[in-house]
Amino acid sequence: MALTMDELDFGPPDYKEMLPETLKRNYGKWIYHELIKPGVFKHVSSTGDEVYTVRSGQPKFIASSTVLKLCDLADKYCEGSLRFTSKHSIEWIVPKKDDVDKLIEELKKLGLPIGGTGNAMHSIVQCTGWVHCHTPATDAPGIAKAVYDELISYFQRDDLPARLNIAVSGCLNMCGAIHCSDIAVLGVHRRPPKVNDEVVSKACEIPTMIASCPTYAIKPNPKAKSIRIDANKCMYCGICYSICPGVPIADAKNDGVSIWVGGKVSNTRSGPAFSRLAVPYLPNNPPRWPEVVEVVKKIVETWASEAKPHERMGEWISRIGWPAFFDKTGLEFTDKHIDDYIFSIRDMRVGARIRGREMK
Amino acid sequence: MSDTPLLDEAEKGPWPSLVTEIKKTGFKGLLKIYELAYEDKVTHWTHGGMVGYPGYDAGVIGRLSDRHDILRDCHTIRMIQPAAWFYSTKKLRKLVEIWNKYSYGLMNFHGATGDFQLIGIETDKIEPFFDEVSKEHWDIGGSAGDFRTASCCIGPARCEMALIDTLDIYQTLMSDEEILNDMHRPRFPYKFKVKIAGCPTDCIAGVARADLLVVGTWRDNIKINQEEVRKYAEKGVDIGLIASKCPGNAMQWDGEELKIDNDNCMRCMFCLQKMSKALRPGDDRGATLVMGGRARGRYGAFLGWVLMPFIKLEKPYEELKDLIYKLIDWWDENGRTKERIGETIYRLGAGKFLKETGLKPHPAMVQAPRNNPFWFYWPGEVEE
Repeated sequence: MALTMDELDFGPPDYKEMLPETLKRNYGKWIYHELIKPGVFKHVSSTGDEVYTVRSGQPKFIASSTVLKLCDLADKYCEGSLRFTSKHSIEWIVPKKDDVDKLIEELKKLGLPIGGTGNAMHSIVQCTGWVHCHTPATDAPGIAKAVYDELISYFQRDDLPARLNIAVSGCLNMCGAIHCSDIAVLGVHRRPPKVNDEVVSKACEIPTMIASCPTYAIKPNPKAKSIRIDANKCMYCGICYSICPGVPIADAKNDGVSIWVGGKVSNTRSGPAFSRLAVPYLPNNPPRWPEVVEVVKKIVETWASEAKPHERMGEWISRIGWPAFFDKTGLEFTDKHIDDYIFSIRDMRVGARIRGREMK
Repeated sequence: MSDTPLLDEAEKGPWPSLVTEIKKTGFKGLLKIYELAYEDKVTHWTHGGMVGYPGYDAGVIGRLSDRHDILRDCHTIRMIQPAAWFYSTKKLRKLVEIWNKYSYGLMNFHGATGDFQLIGIETDKIEPFFDEVSKEHWDIGGSAGDFRTASCCIGPARCEMALIDTLDIYQTLMSDEEILNDMHRPRFPYKFKVKIAGCPTDCIAGVARADLLVVGTWRDNIKINQEEVRKYAEKGVDIGLIASKCPGNAMQWDGEELKIDNDNCMRCMFCLQKMSKALRPGDDRGATLVMGGRARGRYGAFLGWVLMPFIKLEKPYEELKDLIYKLIDWWDENGRTKERIGETIYRLGAGKFLKETGLKPHPAMVQAPRNNPFWFYWPGEVEE
């Protein structure tokens, strides 16, 4: 028996049922925190209570049998509660200092890496990709895994110039709002969708499709009760496909990956900023995406060795200038890097203020 | 020979593998569909049509594979996460027990918006699953053009910088009947996302994606413990360097005493984060409201902009809810299909938006006033 209308719409369970006892007791009373070692920090309350938080990575898609193992550890060390962060790490909140290293040993046995705090590489925000989505041009979880495997030491230590946020999204829908990350890896389509008139006429709302297109590339095709797509206007965003199965856009030959750098969301220092295009296209090369991993690694290593303390990727690039960024990373600057879409003129450098190194 | 040679390769390496997790569930159909994507370099998932729980028109993402010989319907359920993603093991174990009855037990912690996602349920199992899980007070989240599941940072539960009670605001909004009605029965031009950050560090990444971001802040002075500042300096923290990064040029450090010019402090949080034992935010607390962020879109991506520099937030947050609906009602009236509120304002102009909502212009909304002489007058503002 389905629930009646009166029984629906009740919302999430109360957070007070979810919090560990120590946090409930000290709610709103915390006065400072300090990093103890990579992956572990301590919070101190005005009541004198302390808690230790151990942060671990996770596979993101988890088997329920593994969830039960996480619960066992949380019961043993964390007062029967565990928490996920907005970047999908797991936080293990431990009231007893002596339990911290014991917990870490057990997490290591489960294969969960410890880290992602302070000036480290934080957990990689990622969409579902080819695991379970119909629109992606690439497999975000597969790329995230390959990047993690290569850069895991940066997750486990915290001696980078500042924090490093990497995010991966499979298509221009950008689930996870990856467009403000230090490094964003974004799946891209490069050909317009192919229109299947029969499916469009049967399964899709044509006015909605026309309205959805950001570049007004979709026009009605009344004869076929379908639409046509102006290939000169389409910029392959795929939003029409996300609402209509009759315009498939996936293309094994041309789909691939773009890389963006220098974004951030926090208000600290220079404030929020978008990521900017670094590499317009790299091929899809599953299962390990070596070309993508190589570029990400090169960018991280260049920043890590050249940035001054507290400089996020974008702050470092602002200081040295974009010509130096392309020079130092060896990435090619192409016509695709100059915005010709909406805000193009705002991105041009006005006047004649050129750094010495930019004239060489 | 393995059925999934490419995914086996993806399993290798030190980071915990989702492929290993999928294998643990025994969900061979999904694994095969995933392997085919690696072989063919395209996804093998397609639209799943309208599926869901009777009475709810959102929250279940219909998904079919294009290889019905391997696997047919395999939907995702978005479930409203508990505030700040805290789970008691008691609730989580029970959830797992129920989910295992109706699926292979694959879970995603979490989806990008914040919901926890249950992956892979057949159409006819959605109803009995929700009948059972709803008894444990787990509700379905948002999708399509509706009030999306909100999200909030850890706030006062474990952060000394929390300037508003993010968990309580989240719980209040997500338990509100009108909001839940608008979450479960889409009627808006597109999605509407609310995010709640305890301080301007914005750990919830709201500026990039929230239609309305509530950010905890303060308007009196930062409290300085000079003794603790000196201790940080003794431990090797370069306080001069931190001061040099202050965006308002509001800090002075002479090696003995730290001075902060609070009128020029921009509430960026950098110095507080670096010296949490020595610096505390003030006590006159409230929120800055930021609106209109979104990823890509017709006019490119938008970062959220200041709607109100400071408001007081008092339980039960009625004023906040009224404001949210003032924004939604205007947008619902004026927005086009697939247009987020920031884009509607961009298309029609902030002048019209402010005029029609009765919200006040404030110089903190802009980086600078306009640089062109083209604007409109409203009827009655000039003589006929």
